Amino acid sequence: MLNKLVLENLKHRPVRTLLSVLAIGVEVTMILTLVGVSQGTLHESARRAKGVGADILIRPPGSSILSLSSAPMQDKFLAFFEQDPRVVVASGSVVNSLGGFDTMTGIDLQRFTRMSGGFRYLAGGPFQSPDDILVDEYYARQKKLRPGDTIELMNHKWRVAGVVESGKLGRVFCQLPVLQELTSNTGKLSQIYLKLKDERQAQKMVDELRQKMPGYQIYTMEEFTSMLNVSNVGMLREFIYIVIGIAVVVGFIVVFMAMYTAVLERTREIGILKALGASPGFVLAILVRETFVLAIFGSILGILFSFGTKWLFTVAVPSSLVQEIVPVWWGYSALIAVAGAMLGAVYPGWKAARQDAIEALSYE
Amino acid sequence: MNSAPIIEVHDLRKIYHAGEVEVPALRGVNLTVEKGEFLSIVGPSGSGKSTLFHILGGLTPPTSGSVHLCGRDLLAMNDSERTELRKTTVGFVFQKYNLLPTLTAADNIAIARYIAKRDGEPDPKFHEILEMLGIAHRLRHKPRALSGGEQQRVAIARAIVNHPAILLADEPTGNLDTENSEIVLKLLRDLNERLGQTILMITHNPEAAAYAHRIVRMRDGRIVDH
Repeated sequence: MLNKLVLENLKHRPVRTLLSVLAIGVEVTMILTLVGVSQGTLHESARRAKGVGADILIRPPGSSILSLSSAPMQDKFLAFFEQDPRVVVASGSVVNSLGGFDTMTGIDLQRFTRMSGGFRYLAGGPFQSPDDILVDEYYARQKKLRPGDTIELMNHKWRVAGVVESGKLGRVFCQLPVLQELTSNTGKLSQIYLKLKDERQAQKMVDELRQKMPGYQIYTMEEFTSMLNVSNVGMLREFIYIVIGIAVVVGFIVVFMAMYTAVLERTREIGILKALGASPGFVLAILVRETFVLAIFGSILGILFSFGTKWLFTVAVPSSLVQEIVPVWWGYSALIAVAGAMLGAVYPGWKAARQDAIEALSYE
Repeated sequence: MNSAPIIEVHDLRKIYHAGEVEVPALRGVNLTVEKGEFLSIVGPSGSGKSTLFHILGGLTPPTSGSVHLCGRDLLAMNDSERTELRKTTVGFVFQKYNLLPTLTAADNIAIARYIAKRDGEPDPKFHEILEMLGIAHRLRHKPRALSGGEQQRVAIARAIVNHPAILLADEPTGNLDTENSEIVLKLLRDLNERLGQTILMITHNPEAAAYAHRIVRMRDGRIVDH
C-alpha cells in the first residue's frame, strides 16, 4: 500500500517527477562519461603504444605518463642503442601538440616499419614529399580528410598522403626531420622505442639502462601500458572526484527542491495521514521511498544516456576522445546518485515528519 | 447504555501560545459520553469545539485536567501513544473530506487499514456498510471524480474501517448542499443505531445537531448547556 501511495504521488506530478529523474540521470551520465572518457582515452593510448611493436620505451627526464618533457633526447642515442646486440631496431619520434588532445608524431618511416610491421593503408600510401602527412582512420573521419586533401596544422600546410589503420603510436604522422625542424628540435627526439631480439630480455635491459641513464623514464612496454590508468595520471583521479562531488551536489539540490516543494504542496495530505495514525517514521518513509525511486530511475536513465554520449564522441571527435562503457561504474554511479538524492531528502523528510497535524490539516 | 462512560473529561484546559501571549482555548471543560451515544457539540467560532475534538482525537495534548478515553488517560500519553490512539480508538470525519487526492476511494480506505497494521480485506460486514453508504460502486474512482457527498461518505467509510470506539465528525455537512447533508446525517445516525457507533459531531447547523441524542453547547472554552 505504501509503495502504491509512493507511485501515485510520483504520477500525480509527472513533470516534476520527470525533471527530477532527468536531473539525476544527467548526474549519473556526468560521472559515467568522465570515467568512461578517462579510461577510454588511456586504454586507447595504451593500445596505440602496444601497436608500435617495441619492447622498451625511453623518455627524457621530467616526462610523465601522458606528457613529454621539453628537454628531448639526442637522436645519436639510436645508434648507441643499436650497438647492443640484443636490439633489433631503435626508432625515435618527436611528438608535438596540435591543441586539445591531438598530437602530430614525427617518425622515421623506414625504422618505424621495421619495428611495427608498417602501416596498413586504407587509402593513399606512404610519404611522397616533406609536406606529406599520414592520418589514421579516426582522425580522417573527424576532419573529413582523404588522400590528396590539404590541411593546415602548426601554421604549416600539409598534404594527406595516406589514411592508415588506427592502433599504431599516434593519429597524425609526418616525417621526423620535418617535425624536428618545425619545432626547432633538429637532431632531437621526444621518445625512443627499442625492439629486442628476445622480448624476455626487456626487463633485464631496462634495469641496466636505468643504471646507465639515471633520470630517464625507461620502461618495458608492458610496464608502460599498465601504468596508463587513472591512478597514475597526475590529478586525473582528483579531477574525477571533484566532478563526482559536483554531480552529487547537483543531485542533492534537485532532489531537495523537488521534495521540499512536494512537502509544502502535500502539507494537508501529511496532516490527513497523521490524523489516520501515521507516525513520523511512516511519513518519512514515503519521501525516502519516493526519492529512492527517483534515484533508481535517474540512474537507469543516466546509464542509457552514457551510451548516447559514447555515440556522440564516436561521431563528433573519434580521434580526440574515446569513451568506454564501464559497467562496474554503473553500480558506483547509482550508489552516488542515491546517496546524493537521499541527502537532498533529509531536510524535507524531517520537516514532513515533524509537521504538526492540526496545522497541516488547516493548510490551504 | 453501559455503566462505564467511553469519554470522561474533567476540568480540561488547553492553552495555546501565540508568541509570548497565552491564549486559553479550553477553560475547564467537563463532559461525559456514554458508549453508543450520538452527541452534537454546537457553539460559535472560537468557542473551543475544534480544540476539544483535537484533544479527544489525540492530535494535540491537553494542558491540564483529565481526559479518559475507553478508560485510558490521555494526559499521560506521549506522542507515539497518541499516534497509536488515532490508529485504533478514534476515527475522524472532516468538513473538507480530506481524502488523499492521488488514491482511489478504495485505496483511501485501504490506507487507513494499512496504517493501523490491519492486513487483508475488511470483514464482509464492511461491504454492507459500503452499500449502506452508497459508495460500493464508486470505489475505483479518485476523489476528483466524486461529488462532495460521495467524498464525505468515503471519508466516513475510511473513519470507521478500523472499528474505532469513537467517531469524531467535525462539521461533516459544512461543505455539502441540503440533500447531501441529509444523506450524510442519516448515515451517521444509522451507523449509531445499527452498529452502536459512538459519534461526536461538531456543527453550526441546529437541524444537523438535532440528529444527535444529545446536544452540548460551548462558549468561550466552556460547556454552557448539556
